Amino acid sequence: MIWETVRLALRSVRRNALRSFLTLLGIVIGVAAVIAMLTIGSGTTQKVKSDIAKLGSNLLVVRSGRAGGPSANGNPVRPLNDRDVAALVKHLSGARAIAPASQKQVRVVFGTQNLVAGVTGTTTDYLAARDWKLASGRSFSDSETRSGTGVCLIGETVRQQFFGAGDPEGQMIRVNRTGCKVIGLLEPKGFTGFGQDQDNVVLMPLLAYQRRIAGNRDIESIYVAADETTPTTVLLPRVEGILRDTRRITPDQDDNFSIRDMTQIADAMASATTTMTGMLGAVAGVSLLVGGIGIMNIMLVSVTERTREIGIRLAIGAHEKHILIQFLVEATVLSLLGGIIGVLLGLSLAGIASLTLAIPFAPSPATILLAVGFSALIGMVFGFFPALRGARLDPIDALRHE
Amino acid sequence: MAPPLITFDKVRKTYGEGEARVNALAGVDLVIPAGEFVAIMGPSGSGKSTSMNIIGCLDTPSAGTYAFMGVDAGRLDRDRRAILRNLYIGFVFQGYNLLPRTTAAENVELPLIYRGVAAAERRELAMRALAEVGLTGREHHTPAELSGGQQQRVAIARAIVSRPTLLVADEPTGNLDTARSHEIMELLTRLNRELGLTIVMVTHEADIADYAQRTVHFLDGNVESMALNKEKAG
Repeated sequence: MIWETVRLALRSVRRNALRSFLTLLGIVIGVAAVIAMLTIGSGTTQKVKSDIAKLGSNLLVVRSGRAGGPSANGNPVRPLNDRDVAALVKHLSGARAIAPASQKQVRVVFGTQNLVAGVTGTTTDYLAARDWKLASGRSFSDSETRSGTGVCLIGETVRQQFFGAGDPEGQMIRVNRTGCKVIGLLEPKGFTGFGQDQDNVVLMPLLAYQRRIAGNRDIESIYVAADETTPTTVLLPRVEGILRDTRRITPDQDDNFSIRDMTQIADAMASATTTMTGMLGAVAGVSLLVGGIGIMNIMLVSVTERTREIGIRLAIGAHEKHILIQFLVEATVLSLLGGIIGVLLGLSLAGIASLTLAIPFAPSPATILLAVGFSALIGMVFGFFPALRGARLDPIDALRHE
Repeated sequence: MAPPLITFDKVRKTYGEGEARVNALAGVDLVIPAGEFVAIMGPSGSGKSTSMNIIGCLDTPSAGTYAFMGVDAGRLDRDRRAILRNLYIGFVFQGYNLLPRTTAAENVELPLIYRGVAAAERRELAMRALAEVGLTGREHHTPAELSGGQQQRVAIARAIVSRPTLLVADEPTGNLDTARSHEIMELLTRLNRELGLTIVMVTHEADIADYAQRTVHFLDGNVESMALNKEKAG
């Protein structure tokens, strides 16, 4: 009986193909919008998370200067220096890697070619802190780090630009007019969420950078990576305590440095995108509701148009519930169809978006089921009133209807 | 002795309230035994359509009793009357009232669907009914592809497919030319004779009413006269 009814409903949908399609459109657009929004949104969240993971997981970044501007109580900004790094190395427990780093955009030259790359002076620990591996070659040796030898590691973009298919190892490149021997190639990391090429980089020993490029002994930032058993929230106050000590900051003074917890930033950004996704999804959900009203409208038209048919059915023995179910099923089939088309459309849109925006394509089965289920529910809810109107018709009046 | 199929006992039907109150039936007594072919005639507003709706269990009396097969059908609710119609009553209308864009066979199957008959058996019964009205070979035509006479035959097949006790026909020849009308009347007469089907037919054409065994004339909500058609009766 129910299968009969579904078949009947499908046939009636087909019979009025254009009208059915236009009615469906509301639901199709609503569901497509919801699916596209949520799929793109969750892709973005994944992207943000993985971007920040690329910076290194469980990472604290110390910079000179107070977070949010100069100190309020006249505590002058002092750059970080070797002593701060030494104090952290000596006293900090729970850290997997501690790496000082200074960075600058510098023109790099090889033969007749040149490009502007982010040149970073640092130590081998920098790779550990940022979970960065070498694709080939080796990192700086201790003696190279200590003496500031002109050796460097290059990123994938630099390699492609200068060496194409050739082997970069052992080649001399010029960084800011001083020679630098390539000893290793970094694994590609891709772009950050802000469109920055993380592979357009050259790493060299900190001392070499300070002497040849910066011309001073300042350290811009210190990367501190927590070990597996220490949460960054525990590590952060320890780092702060050690640095306040070594920088002789009295208890009444604010920090003249700032510590950023990359894990927290990642969580905050991920939750921000999730909230955004939810809101966009809700807005799209409203259009689903509008689609439901379209269904109600067309079902009312359908009931009026088919008053005679209802009369015939009632006369030959249909019960109220048969008519009710017939129109309910029709509305549900209609909106379910719209839901399925909408899911396909939404997924295609999300697919296109993930290709053009370079974010992961992250369809969620739960979301799809929910959207399809919700569209069926909309059909039932908005189809109920018209169906009831049809079922309550008096057979004599309905038969007389022209 | 079995009760008569149809018994009207002082049946009244009023529509509207107060000033606009209309007495469609003003206390009608009428008995129709099973197997009879009765024609109902009368000018418009005489109450013939109202009585036919009550006989067909589509409507209920305002006062008085309507007994169908000994059951007080006037006191049954909508769904119970629907069951009664589905099991015992077939309808034929002036305008055929077939479902558009639906094949003859599917139209004929319709009452069986509400009876819960399985698809294969439904198809078989529909074919038999269509054969009985002489429409074998037209099973898969839609109403638009059939002539008026053929459409009315499909409607008759739909009415008899569930082997009802009573056939209610409302001006069954009203939309047909004379030749087609007489063919339909011959079909109804044959069904009355061969299946023992009781037929109550409303018409305003005397030569159509002549096919019935008895003619009941309505006037102003009352039975004005009854006449046995001598050739047909007995």
